[in-house]
Amino acid sequence: MTSMILNGERRAVRAAPDTPLLYVLREEFGLNAAKYGCGLGQCGACTVVIDGEAVFSCVTPVMLAENRQVTTLEGLGTAEAPGPLQRAFIDAQAAQCGYCIPGMMMRAHALLTRDPDASDAAIRAELEPHLCRCGTHMRILRAIRRAADAMRPRSTAEAGR
Amino acid sequence: MRTRRVIAGIGIFGLAAAGAALALAWQPEIAPVPPPAPASFDPALVRRGADLALVGDCRTCHTAPNGAAFTGGLPLPTPFGTLYSTNITPDPETGIGRWSEAAFARALRKGVDREGRHLYPAFPYDHYSATSDDDVRALYAFFMTRPAIAATPPPNELPFPLNIRLTLAGWKLLFLRPRDLAPDPTKDAVWHRGRYLVEGLGHCGACHSPRNLLGAEVVSRAYEGGEAEGWRAYALGAASRAPVPWDEAALTQYLREGFHPLHGVARGPMAPVVENLAEVPREEVVAMARYLASLGAGSGTATPPLAPSSGPGQAPQSAGIQAAIEGAGTDLYAATCAACHEGGRPPPFGGVSLALSTAISGESPRNLVNVILEGLPARGGTGQPIMPGFGAVLTDAQVASLAAGLRRRFGGGAPWPDLEPAIREARAARRLAARPAASMTR
Amino acid sequence: MTLSRRTVLAGTGALVLAFSLAPARAQTETGKGEGPRKRGLPGSLDDTPRLDSWIRVGPDGAVTVLTGKAELGQGLKTALLQIAAEELKAPLTRLSLVTADTGRTADEGYTAASHSVQDSGTAIRHAAAQVRALLIAEAAGRLGVPAERLRAEDGAVLGPGGARIGYGDLVTDALLTAEAQTASSLTPAAEYAVLGRPVPRIDIPAKVTGGAAYIQDLRPPGLLHARVVRPPSYGAVLIEVDAAAVERLPGVVKVVRDGTFLGVVAEGEWTAIKAMRRLAASARWRETASLPDAAALPDALRALPSRDSTILERGAAGGAGTVVEGTFTRPYLAHGSIGPSCAIAEWQDGGVTVWSHSQGVFPLRRALAGLLHLPHDKVRCIHAEGAGCYGQNGADDAAADAALLARAVPGRPVRVQWMREQEHAWEPFGPGMVASVRAAVTPDGRVADWTHEVWSPSHMMRPGPPGALLAAREIAEPFPPAPPVALAQPEGGGDRNAIPLYAFPNARVVHHFLPEMPLRGSSMRSLGGYLNVMAIESTVDDLARAAGWDPVAFRLRHLTDARAGAVVEAAAKRFGWGRGPARAGRGFAFARYKNLEAYCAVAVEVAVDRETGRVGIERVVAAVDTGEVVNPDGVANQIEGGILQAASWTLFERVAFDRTRVTSVDWSAYPILRFSAVPRSVEVHIVAQPDQPFLGVAEAAQGPAGAALANAIRDATGYRLRDLPLTAGRIKAALGA
Ligand code: FES
Ligand code: FES
Repeated sequence: MTSMILNGERRAVRAAPDTPLLYVLREEFGLNAAKYGCGLGQCGACTVVIDGEAVFSCVTPVMLAENRQVTTLEGLGTAEAPGPLQRAFIDAQAAQCGYCIPGMMMRAHALLTRDPDASDAAIRAELEPHLCRCGTHMRILRAIRRAADAMRPRSTAEAGR
Repeated sequence: MRTRRVIAGIGIFGLAAAGAALALAWQPEIAPVPPPAPASFDPALVRRGADLALVGDCRTCHTAPNGAAFTGGLPLPTPFGTLYSTNITPDPETGIGRWSEAAFARALRKGVDREGRHLYPAFPYDHYSATSDDDVRALYAFFMTRPAIAATPPPNELPFPLNIRLTLAGWKLLFLRPRDLAPDPTKDAVWHRGRYLVEGLGHCGACHSPRNLLGAEVVSRAYEGGEAEGWRAYALGAASRAPVPWDEAALTQYLREGFHPLHGVARGPMAPVVENLAEVPREEVVAMARYLASLGAGSGTATPPLAPSSGPGQAPQSAGIQAAIEGAGTDLYAATCAACHEGGRPPPFGGVSLALSTAISGESPRNLVNVILEGLPARGGTGQPIMPGFGAVLTDAQVASLAAGLRRRFGGGAPWPDLEPAIREARAARRLAARPAASMTR
Repeated sequence: MTLSRRTVLAGTGALVLAFSLAPARAQTETGKGEGPRKRGLPGSLDDTPRLDSWIRVGPDGAVTVLTGKAELGQGLKTALLQIAAEELKAPLTRLSLVTADTGRTADEGYTAASHSVQDSGTAIRHAAAQVRALLIAEAAGRLGVPAERLRAEDGAVLGPGGARIGYGDLVTDALLTAEAQTASSLTPAAEYAVLGRPVPRIDIPAKVTGGAAYIQDLRPPGLLHARVVRPPSYGAVLIEVDAAAVERLPGVVKVVRDGTFLGVVAEGEWTAIKAMRRLAASARWRETASLPDAAALPDALRALPSRDSTILERGAAGGAGTVVEGTFTRPYLAHGSIGPSCAIAEWQDGGVTVWSHSQGVFPLRRALAGLLHLPHDKVRCIHAEGAGCYGQNGADDAAADAALLARAVPGRPVRVQWMREQEHAWEPFGPGMVASVRAAVTPDGRVADWTHEVWSPSHMMRPGPPGALLAAREIAEPFPPAPPVALAQPEGGGDRNAIPLYAFPNARVVHHFLPEMPLRGSSMRSLGGYLNVMAIESTVDDLARAAGWDPVAFRLRHLTDARAGAVVEAAAKRFGWGRGPARAGRGFAFARYKNLEAYCAVAVEVAVDRETGRVGIERVVAAVDTGEVVNPDGVANQIEGGILQAASWTLFERVAFDRTRVTSVDWSAYPILRFSAVPRSVEVHIVAQPDQPFLGVAEAAQGPAGAALANAIRDATGYRLRDLPLTAGRIKAALGA
C-alpha cells in the first residue's frame, strides 16, 4: 500500500507497486492527460511531473512515486479556469490532434518552474524527448514562449528579451 | 578523446619547472603564409586527410554544440576552470588560414601554435606526435580545404598561474616523449597499421589509460582504464573486465557500428568516437581492432548467451517486446529494468542483457550510475537506442541499492566501495552527454 | 530482382498478397463511386438530401449539426460549426456537432483526401441556408408578413415592429424532413460574421486540460481491457500457445484464440498487458520469409507485375534539348500516430456497438458485419477521436480486434489498445514507390520533352471488404484478402499529382499499378502525390539550372493557371527569393494538390553541415490558396503541420524490415523529426479567394514542402539525391571529403 500526493491531494494507491504510474493515473484515478504512446520512454506522451522533474510515467513503477508530489496536466487548471500554461496553449491554438500536447506541457511546466527565463534554445533542447506526429512543433514552441512571458514578473519579462 | 583532467596540478608544478625548462619553453613564431588556395590540394590527399581527421576525432573537440564544424568553442570543463577548443577552419583571422604546413605539423606534434604559444595538453599532441609526415600533409590538406569560418571561441577560464602558458613547457619537458613504434617482426602489417592509429591519431590511451597527479598518462600502466568527462573509460586488453572477452571481430563491429550484441552500446564520450569511425574505411578500423585485440583478452568468463534464433518459436517482438516479469513487487530491478533488459530484443535497440554489461562487472560504478540517472536520451532524427533515465525519480539511496543489487546479481565482482561518491558526482554533473552514437541504422 | 512472384505466393495466408488482375473498381478515396451526381445537389446532399440528416433544431433552439465525417485532429468540428453558424445565423455556442455514427449521421464514406469541408461542409452550408429559409417562411406564415421583410439573426427570425421568434418556437416535427433543393440563398462573403475568421477550435480546451478528448479516454461502466498478441511477421501461423496458464492469472477474464488471432481480456489494463506478454512468450509460430531485400526495394517494386496505363499523352515525344533524368524512390513510411490504435466494443442482444477512430465508420460497419456474419443493422460504429490520423492506420483493425474479443464477454464493453510495437509493425504503411522522370530543356529555357513513369502498389486497401482487416486474415476461417484498388484519375492513387500542372507541350505520364504488395500498405497523406511532386519539382529545378534560369521564374513561365502563378509569386515574395546569405541552400517547389485542390508553394532555406551531412532547416515560407477559407488559423495550422511532417518523411523516415519481419517497431528504430531538427521559423501566407469554392488543404503542403527541402539540399550541396530519405549519412556520402 503506497500513497502519493496527486495534484496536491494525498491519495492512497491500490495498484501493485510495480504497476507503471501511467496506468494508476488513468485507471485508478480516472485521469486523462497522461497518455500511452509507446510505453518505452521514447515519445513523452505520458510525461508527468514528480517533485518538480518531468518523468515518463509509462516506465515509472508507482512505488517510486511513494510520498511524492505527482502533478499531471489536470493539476494546472481546468477547461473553465485554465492555468497560464494552458491559457497560452489555447491562445496559440497549439494542437492539431493534441495527443502529444499534455506530455509536452508537463515538461514545459517543469522547465519554466525551474527557469522562467529559459531561452528558446533551452526550450527546444528540453523538448527533445517528445514526439509530435502532427507537426505542431512551431505552435508548441510559441505557446511555451507565451506562457513564459505571461508567468514572468513584468520587469524580468522586459529585461529578459 | 578529451582529457579534461589533464591540467589538474599542472600549475603548481609548472611554475617551478618553468625556469629550468626555459630553453624548451621558448618557441619561435612561424611566419604566416597567405592562405593556400583549396584547389591547390590534391583531392585524393584531402580525402585521405578526412579519414585521418575522423580517426583523430578532430571535429568532435573542435565543434561546439550546434556550432559549425571545426570552428571550436566546445567547453572542456576541468577542475581548475574551463578551456575552449579553437577554430581550426582556414579562416585567416580567427582560424588557421595563415598557418604553413610546418606550423600545422608543429602544433600537432609538439603542441605549439603558429605564434609559438604552448597548447594545453587537452589537445592530445602527446599522441598526435606519432603522426607521419605524409599523414600530417593529408590532414593539412583536409583542414585547408574546409570552409573558412570566422569564429572566436570564448577565452579560457583559468586562474593564475594556469593561465600562463609557459608553465606548460615544464609539463612537456617531463611527459612529452616520442612514442616507441619500432617494428615488431612477429606482427603483420595490419597490426602495425593498427598500432600506429591507436597510439597516434586515435589517441585511445588518452582516455583508457590512468593519469598521474600531473595529468600525464602513466605509460607503465597503459590501457588499464581511465576517465573521460565523468565516465569510466574501461580497461582494454589484459586488464579488461568485460564479461565476455573482446576479440578482433567484436572490436571491429563495436568501433564501426557503435554496439556489439555481447557488449552493448557505445555511449558517453565514446559515442562520438564510434560515430567518427563509422565513416573511416573499414580496413583502418580492422587494423585498430587487431592491435587492440593483441593487448590481451581480459578475465571475462561469462558464457555468451545463444544468439536469438531466427527460426520458429521466437518470441514475437511485435507483440510487446518486453518480457513478463512475475511478481516484481517492490524489486526495483524487476519493476524498472527487467522489462527491457530481459525482453530478449537484440541490441542496439533492445537493452543488452545485464550479465554482459561491463558497466556492472567493471572496476568503477560511475558508468552504471550515469546510465541509471540519465539513460540514453533520444537525440535527433536518427535510429538509435533510447533508454529512459531514472534520475528524476530515484533517490540516491535507491540508486545505490539498485546499482549494488545489479553488481551482486550480474557483476560477479566485489561490492563497489565508492558507490555513494560516484552517485554524488554523477548528480552534480547531471545532463552529461549520456548520448548513444547518433545513428545505428547506417 | 530478388522477389519472385513465386516467393510472394508461397506464403499462404500471408499478407503478402497476390490477385487476379481483374480491373479495379473505379473508386475514389472517400469511398464514393465516380460518376454523375444523382440529384445534382451540392456536396454530400446529393447522397443524403433530407435536411434533418444534417441540421436539427430542438424546441429550446439548440442546434445539432450532423456530419458523416470525423475529426482527425484537422479541426474539422470547428470548421463545420462555423459554416453552420454562418448560414443558420445562430450563435456558435448554441450549436453542437455529431460526427460519424452509423446510427445517426449520413453516410459520407471515408474522411479522407482533404474532402471533408468540400463534401460535408458544402452539404451543411446548403442545408443550413435552406433550414434558415424554411424557418423564415414558417415565421412569415405565423406573422402574416412576407418573407422578404424578415431576417434571421442570432438564432431567431426578426420582423417589422420588433417581432422576434426564436428558432425553437418555429421548428415543427415535419419542418426539417424536407429534401434539399438545388438552389440555396447563401450568405455573401462580404456579410460573413463567423466564416473566414480564426475561430478558436472547440476541441482544444479539453485537450490541454486533461478532459476526456479521445477514444482512449472513454470509460463506459463495466469496462474490460484487452490486448491482442499479433504474430511476429506477415503470414506467421500460430502453432501453439499456453492459454490455460494465462487464463488462470488473477484478473484475467478470458483468452480468446481463433486460428492465429490471439488476445486476452482482463479486468485492468496493466493486467491485460502482463497477460499479453505471458501469452506472447509462450506462443510458437511458423514464419515465412516473404519480404524482399530492403536494400533493393525499388528494384523489387519495379519487377512486380504491373497494370500500366498512360494517364497523359500530349504533343510529340523526343523534343530536343539538354536532358535531365533520374529515378526517385521512397521507402515504406509509417503513419506513426503518437497514440496507438484503440477501439471499444460491446455486444448486446446479438449485435455489437463499436467505438472507433476509423476514418470510415460506414465502410467499417460493412466489413465488421461480414467478419462477424451479422446483418448490417446489428452493427453500429461510432467515431470517437483518436490521436492524429494521416490515412489508414490501425484504427479499423483494432475495431475488428475489439469486436472479436468482446464477443467472448457479451454485456461488457471491451477496450483494446495496440502496443507501440504492434502499431509500428502492423499498421498499413504508406507504400514504397518509384518514379522516374526524363525531361529536356531548350537553350532558351522551354521544356521540350517530359516523361514521367511511376510504379506504386495500391494506396487504397481500406475496409469495406472484411479481408482488409488484420483479424479477418488471422481467424481460423479467414476472409480472402481485399482486392487492391487503383484509385482513378483525376484524383489518382500512386499516380496522384503525376501529371504536371505545367504547360509542357510534349508530355507523357505512365502509371504502373502494382497489384501485389511486399508489405501491408494503404493510404497515407497525399498518397503518391508526395513522391510525384518530389520527382517533378526536383526535375523542374534541375531543368531551370540547366537552362540558366532562376527556378521561380522558370516555374512561372511554364504555369498558365493564374492562381498557381499567384501562389508561387506570393511565396517567393514573402521569402525574399533571390536574396539570402551566401552559404545557405535555398529551394522552391510548388504543386496544386491532386491538380484539383489547394495550391501550395513552399520556399525553404537550409544549412547543411558538410562534415556530418546534417541538415538544419533555417526558414520555411509557404503560400497557399485554398479557395474560400473557413478558418484561416486552421488552414495555417494544417499547412505548418504538413511542412513539418514532410520534413520528417524527407530527412529521416524508412520502414525497416528483414526478409521475414518488419524490424522498425518503435521510435528507436523508426526515427522521426525531433525538436532538434525543427525549423527556426515557418510562415504561412494565405492567398485569399473569398468567392471560390472550398478546396481541400490538409494534404496540400506535403509534396511541395518535401520537394522544396530536397531542392534546398541540392542547392546547398551541389548534389541531387533521389533516394528518400535524405539522411545525413547519404548526404555526407554524396559530399565525400
Ligand atoms: S508513453 Fe511514455 S514515453 Fe512514450
Ligand atoms: S498534435 Fe498530434 S501528435 Fe502532436
